[in-house]
Amino acid sequence: MDRILFGDNQFFGVNHMSEEKARAQSMKFRDTAAIMRVLDQAFDMGLRTFMCTTHDKIGEVADHMRANPDRYADFIYYPGMPYAHKYANAVSEVGVMETLKQFAPGGVASTVLRGAKSAFRKDAEDLMRMLVDAEMKRFAGLKTPVIFLQNVVTDLLLGLGMHDMLKTFSDHVRATFGAEAGFFTMNLPMLADVLIERGVPSPIICCNYNKIGFRMSGGIEAYDKVIETKDVRVVAMSVLASGAIPAEEAIKWVCEREQIRSIVFGASSSGNIRQTMDLIGKYTRSTV
Amino acid sequence: MLRVGLVGVGKMGISHLAILGAHPEVQIGGICDSQGFVMSAVKSQTGIETYKNFERLIDAADLDAVVVATPSATHLEVATYALERGVNVFVEKPLTLSIHDSWSLAQLAHARQRANQVGYHNRFIGTFREVRRLVRAGAIGEVHHVDGKAFGPVVTKPKTGMTWRSKKSEGGGCLHDYACHVVDLMNFVAGPPREVLAARLGTVYSEGVEDTVHALFGYANGASGQLETNWSDESVRKMSTSITVFGTHGKITADRQECQVFLKPGHTFEGYDEGWTIKYITDLQEPTAYYLRGEEYSAQMDSFVEAVKEKNPNGENSFMSAYETDWVIDQVAKAHEARS
Repeated sequence: MDRILFGDNQFFGVNHMSEEKARAQSMKFRDTAAIMRVLDQAFDMGLRTFMCTTHDKIGEVADHMRANPDRYADFIYYPGMPYAHKYANAVSEVGVMETLKQFAPGGVASTVLRGAKSAFRKDAEDLMRMLVDAEMKRFAGLKTPVIFLQNVVTDLLLGLGMHDMLKTFSDHVRATFGAEAGFFTMNLPMLADVLIERGVPSPIICCNYNKIGFRMSGGIEAYDKVIETKDVRVVAMSVLASGAIPAEEAIKWVCEREQIRSIVFGASSSGNIRQTMDLIGKYTRSTV
Repeated sequence: MLRVGLVGVGKMGISHLAILGAHPEVQIGGICDSQGFVMSAVKSQTGIETYKNFERLIDAADLDAVVVATPSATHLEVATYALERGVNVFVEKPLTLSIHDSWSLAQLAHARQRANQVGYHNRFIGTFREVRRLVRAGAIGEVHHVDGKAFGPVVTKPKTGMTWRSKKSEGGGCLHDYACHVVDLMNFVAGPPREVLAARLGTVYSEGVEDTVHALFGYANGASGQLETNWSDESVRKMSTSITVFGTHGKITADRQECQVFLKPGHTFEGYDEGWTIKYITDLQEPTAYYLRGEEYSAQMDSFVEAVKEKNPNGENSFMSAYETDWVIDQVAKAHEARS
């Protein structure tokens, strides 16, 4: 994994601090071309890993890169799935079963409906595989060495105690895409224990890591204990806590934790990309 | 350890199940749902006991508390059954579809002295709690107008009804299923209005239920209120709720992310100076032990678990406060009918 990963929240009107800023970003990045411009700037500055959702617009980005293989030969995607809002809205509108029918190709949903209870465990796992495969179609032919499960699903399975499904995801992306599984979470201490116990080898976990402990369930101390004592590969996100911490202070603090492998950030201008990269470079102790 | 059961494992139920499943003081005593699909999934993966109907769950599972997240029209029956057997109850919003039913449930919970709570999660969001604190403390002087809004992409195309949410008789529609959150938030901040002066329920795409709710409120102190909700708005990614309160000394606007306070010259309040002060959710939200979709969902369950432990019938979001919200909803519906 690269030290610095480029994120995509800024492209989709996701801002945990201000709906006004989110709306302004959503306007700015209405066109995929506008997203492409920022990605090109980031790529030209040396950021080659793009951690992204499976939003339709990312599909267009992927199409563009596939059409220009020479320019983007070294570009790497870390897709995070599912883009949950489309499922959540569909569940409210048409119900769980109809949603599955809409999104799972083939007759999986009806198989599940018909399935005997004894076979259910396998059906649920088949269903998950089908949904993953459907989301991955947009990335065909592109480099996706790590495939992430979004936190809303990771944390749901974690809370429900459906921990086998996390291992199923990991096994499936390895077998089908030759990729490692990554897991977004808001609950690092709880998740790290579960993944290690289920035999996911040095799991890749992307979670908030910031000086004010924002959305770090269990608190900073519990998070620090995980990275100090467990074999996990952590990607820090929300390092600036959506802007609540000044950039330099935030990055210095997170870089003091040398066990953190990578830092993901999103920015919508080349100036901000440059500044963030420089700060991470400045505070990262060179160990190689 | 408290034993908690769940009736209804749909969109909200599954989220409550995960939050309770992660709670260190809770053991899931059993679940019940009409869809065998969800039940089999949970049972085969977790070993949680499943029941064919709620009566059997409540009778057999030795529960301290039950979470009711079924379609709104069934809340009364399940909650009554549980309370009559001494089980503490959390009900998804709205409490019921009739003010008489909501009133009798509130009375029953009081008579039995059991914890009773409704899932109006906005009351557990730090920014909205700050608005209430400031308003109650008189930071913006006397309130003369309250403006509550919510927009979101729930129904975004014409369709025929497929779930209970598109049937008026089962609690579907923007008023009972969506605007209720805003009404409850306005009540939380300013107390319930004395009357609904006018209301209009509009349709954009739905048949049989409304997609928009607009209403004008009058408060006892002479203040006015305005409710504006539209669940057919695709310009936002998810439900976005906001409230603005105008007072004689200033005004406050808040949404899930920020609380913006303007104080007139000559007025200050505990860290808020003249002019604009903005506080963010990062300053105002207490952390939770487990996070799924938002701190407020865990915080409301923590609050319920505490109330159950203490057998406290007067916790946050009690049936009585949800009755007040249902009363306003009922008045909005009546004001609309009177006009049409």
